[in-house]
Amino acid sequence: MSDLTRLSAAELADSLASGQTTSVEITQQHLDRIAAVDGQINAFLHVDPDGALAAAAEVDRRRAAGEDLAALAGVPVAVKDVLATTGLPTTCGSKMLEGWIPPYDATVVARLKAAGMPILGKTNMDEFAMGSSTEHSAYGPTRNPWDTSRIPGGSGGGSAAAVAAFEAPLAIGTDTGGSIRQPGAVTGTVGVKPTYGGVSRYGLVAMASSLDQAGPVTRTVLDAALLHEVMAGHDVRDSTSLAAEVPPVVAAARRADVAGLRVGVITELGGEGFEPGVRARFDESLELLAKAGAEIVEVSCPSFEHALAAYYLVMPSEVSSNLAKFDAMRYGLRVSPEGVVDPSAEQVMAASRDAGFGDEVKRRIILGTYALSSGYYDAYYGSAQKVRTLIAQDFENAFAKVDVLASPTAPTVAWPLGEKLDDPLAMYLQDIATIPANLAGVPGISLPVGLSEGLPVGLQFLAPALGDDRLYNAGAALERLLTERDGAAFASLIPELEVAR
Amino acid sequence: MSKTAVSFEDALTRYQPVMGLEVHVELNSATKMFCGCPTEFGAEPNTQVCPVCLGLPGALPVVNAKAIESAIRIGLALNCSIATWCRFARKNYFYPDMPKNFQTSQYDEPIAFEGYVDLEVDGEIFRIEIERAHMEEDTGKSLHVGGSTGRIHGADHSLLDYNRAGIPLIEIVTKTIEVPGDKAPAVARAYVNYLRDLMVALDVSDARMDQGSLRADVNLSLKPLGSDTLGTRSETKNVNSFRSVERAVRFEVGRHAEILDGGGSIIQETRHFHEADGSTSAGRPKSDADDYRYFPEPDLAPVAPDPAWVEELRATLPEPPADRRKRLQAEWGFNDLDMRDTIGAGALDLVADTVAAGAAPAAAKKWWLGELARTANEQGTDVSALAITPAQVAEIQAMIDAGRLNDKLARQVFVGVLAGEGSPDEVVTARGLEVVSDDGALSAAVDRAIENDPAAVQKIRDGKAAAAGALIGFVMKEMRGQADAGRVRELIMEKLG
Amino acid sequence: MKAMSSPEISRDDVAHLASLARIELSDDELDRLGADLPAILEHVKVVQGVAGADVPAMSHPVPLTNVFRPDVVTPGLTPEQALEMAPASEEQRFLVPKILGEE
Repeated sequence: MSDLTRLSAAELADSLASGQTTSVEITQQHLDRIAAVDGQINAFLHVDPDGALAAAAEVDRRRAAGEDLAALAGVPVAVKDVLATTGLPTTCGSKMLEGWIPPYDATVVARLKAAGMPILGKTNMDEFAMGSSTEHSAYGPTRNPWDTSRIPGGSGGGSAAAVAAFEAPLAIGTDTGGSIRQPGAVTGTVGVKPTYGGVSRYGLVAMASSLDQAGPVTRTVLDAALLHEVMAGHDVRDSTSLAAEVPPVVAAARRADVAGLRVGVITELGGEGFEPGVRARFDESLELLAKAGAEIVEVSCPSFEHALAAYYLVMPSEVSSNLAKFDAMRYGLRVSPEGVVDPSAEQVMAASRDAGFGDEVKRRIILGTYALSSGYYDAYYGSAQKVRTLIAQDFENAFAKVDVLASPTAPTVAWPLGEKLDDPLAMYLQDIATIPANLAGVPGISLPVGLSEGLPVGLQFLAPALGDDRLYNAGAALERLLTERDGAAFASLIPELEVAR
Repeated sequence: MSKTAVSFEDALTRYQPVMGLEVHVELNSATKMFCGCPTEFGAEPNTQVCPVCLGLPGALPVVNAKAIESAIRIGLALNCSIATWCRFARKNYFYPDMPKNFQTSQYDEPIAFEGYVDLEVDGEIFRIEIERAHMEEDTGKSLHVGGSTGRIHGADHSLLDYNRAGIPLIEIVTKTIEVPGDKAPAVARAYVNYLRDLMVALDVSDARMDQGSLRADVNLSLKPLGSDTLGTRSETKNVNSFRSVERAVRFEVGRHAEILDGGGSIIQETRHFHEADGSTSAGRPKSDADDYRYFPEPDLAPVAPDPAWVEELRATLPEPPADRRKRLQAEWGFNDLDMRDTIGAGALDLVADTVAAGAAPAAAKKWWLGELARTANEQGTDVSALAITPAQVAEIQAMIDAGRLNDKLARQVFVGVLAGEGSPDEVVTARGLEVVSDDGALSAAVDRAIENDPAAVQKIRDGKAAAAGALIGFVMKEMRGQADAGRVRELIMEKLG
Repeated sequence: MKAMSSPEISRDDVAHLASLARIELSDDELDRLGADLPAILEHVKVVQGVAGADVPAMSHPVPLTNVFRPDVVTPGLTPEQALEMAPASEEQRFLVPKILGEE
């Protein structure tokens, strides 16, 4: 039997459609792969073999009955543990929600199910999606399949590592400041943050409501487009969901033509602080694009300089409010304060929030509480929201001149576990290139463009709001150019893991 | 009635009361503010909840269009400007009955602002300026278990029901109200009464103070007469009847004066009103714990009502209360005093509804301002909260008009209906209150009356018809009040004619 | 670890913020945050004065307005579903420790 875990989702969909394989077979192979390698990777917090196989059998039955099925029907998917799943634990990587089983499905999850996609399990993440290394998970870090002594990025390190380790062909991530794209870059996978409002946030446990967006995590650009079309579209349960048509992302990924495409290189992103190896791969990619007919121009976005600072005010402010609901009253961890006889609800809340949240979460809650507090609001939160306007204006000006913007996704390749854990600011700097898109609500894609010191490097394209299709066109074109140059798809470079028996 | 050491009247000789009223109105929409859960009052606990109103992780709010419409109509009826663009804001504080630990409300961008209402109190018009009316959501309800009182203090634990959590509220806030001190309590009461009538007329709320669908907070401070310096205010929360609004103002004026006279200072705090004795007691002091860290609600889109829609809604407004009063006064033929008494008793709508149900205006007024107002006063409640409907009052009056009841019997019917003995008809039957107009029984009684009082008989024969009263009185006594007085008079005249 | 001195935020300030955020921080945590926060604030305070008074603040990344739903009842949770994940319940209500404060 061939190893189905090495196929792309598009290839799996084709072989399902032609009857060469079944969803049960595909799903079983991925479950086996998880059992074999996840001990080293820790990409999954929960695996659901029974649920996944039952869904696979159901879609096989429907296919056999000749029913009209969605393009990815039968292709299994892993879901970041920040999306609510009926009957499956949803912990957000936190002790606070250990054992919490939601009574409802996130809209994205409901759409995966409606498309007949078996859900393999829930993937590891930095607690409540706060971090760039997945080391802030309360359930142990995820390891990078390229080098298991290194971090897989974050917060969605679990989804990225699961896909890179062939434990899942597809995964769902969420991106608030780069949590899909930066893990994509450091694990050599493709990750897309759609236009804000393009994918429903209903059932996505909020970190920062005005920044969060769920998106696809895959090994190829076409796979990302296929998954994007399943996830995206208007949802009446999310007031910030856009009523517009989903951009034609699959068609764009198949077109993959950059002739005449104007690509803007962001002056402010890619210089100081970016490793030479990262810059080299980025520059080579631009040359490939230019040779294929793209017009490369430099574009300045001066306010991006302040994006990180604005982000670390807006995000924690929203965090401080969004995470207030975790108070031990209706669900989640309840802890009584030590040494207090007959404690009050107030004391139990405070003790539970101390015990249930990790350091990074508490740091951001306190920071956000400060930024919103009386007397500081205008100076911090208010000023940050104005910087946001300036960043959006920079994007607007840039997209008046170019079709897409490009930058390295992350300043560095994957670093050793623990290296930045005690230096929050160094960790925050990882998001310097990804954050502007979240602040302005525009879409971005990261795709692998080569190796530096044997570790993957990512390139990011950004497009105007609802121009997600441009990302897929440019991304798929670059992916093809790189494959042609190297004579092999990037995923074939992923090192083999030891397989547990 | 609890008394303060300094009486209200005495306090007014030295101080000017300054009031502010905050009224919360629960809308009568079918569903909650941000989710599709029903809003029935009195449902079994936690049967009207969903991921949104329980604040489950991941759930998101979506605004109820009806609530926006009601908020705009309320704003227009309060002569407010309607915002052309406004946002919801999160008010962040922790409390177990609030599922998200923030209340979705509005902060510096209310949907309606800068309005006024004109109240008539004792024939005088008072203009109350409205600062704002904004949208927000209600909290759940806590039940405190254990301890002796069932109140929050001394409880062992609390039980939470979130059926009410997320029901749409409109908070209506006045600017400071400064009226002649002796009028302040009545003006406060009249204002809340006015809002109740308005909400009912707009059909946006049940506006039942007894069920908490209209709740008033009374903010009060004193300033020394002749001074411009505002005093520190107290905030008396959830005063739950019109009468209590008036009493709370009186009590707080006396209490503030007592403290200020003694050289003390008022603590800015919330206070609880006690229905039993009309007093207030200290609640929670205001502190920096009240740093609510408001910020625009990122999960909800801004609200930008189309001006054309606002004008459409303006056209749906009911007749303004002042115009309506003028019209009703003319229709009913009431003089100014009748009208003032009716409004003052909080019985305008009751009389109107009773008239609509077929009673003559004078009769409707007689019962609501007489028998029923007395009963309400004895029970310490508002006349509108009595267990009798305008339709029932009209029904009783119809029986009087038909000769089935006389006024004396009717009073007993009122007592029976108010005591929950059933409809007027059922009470009449059960209590055997029907007037006797059977000529056989009446004729015998009239004969006895004639025999009993020859002097009166002589006067009647001499043409003094008024003397019949004595004979009628005799018959009524014989018949235990259940005789048809008109028929008795006819029989007397026939027999002596 | 000793708290860094900072004009911006003291250890007491952190304790006050923690009480606003309803988190019972240990002394050790107060020390650490007392050191971290000034360093982070030092970095993020650059946002002050970047934008002029005429620049509007952006609360929502996409300019939607008037997103409403009709006033129609939709199915919710059963009381059993609502209470299933509760740490404690009684009489079809969420059971919580005694509530001291009031609103």
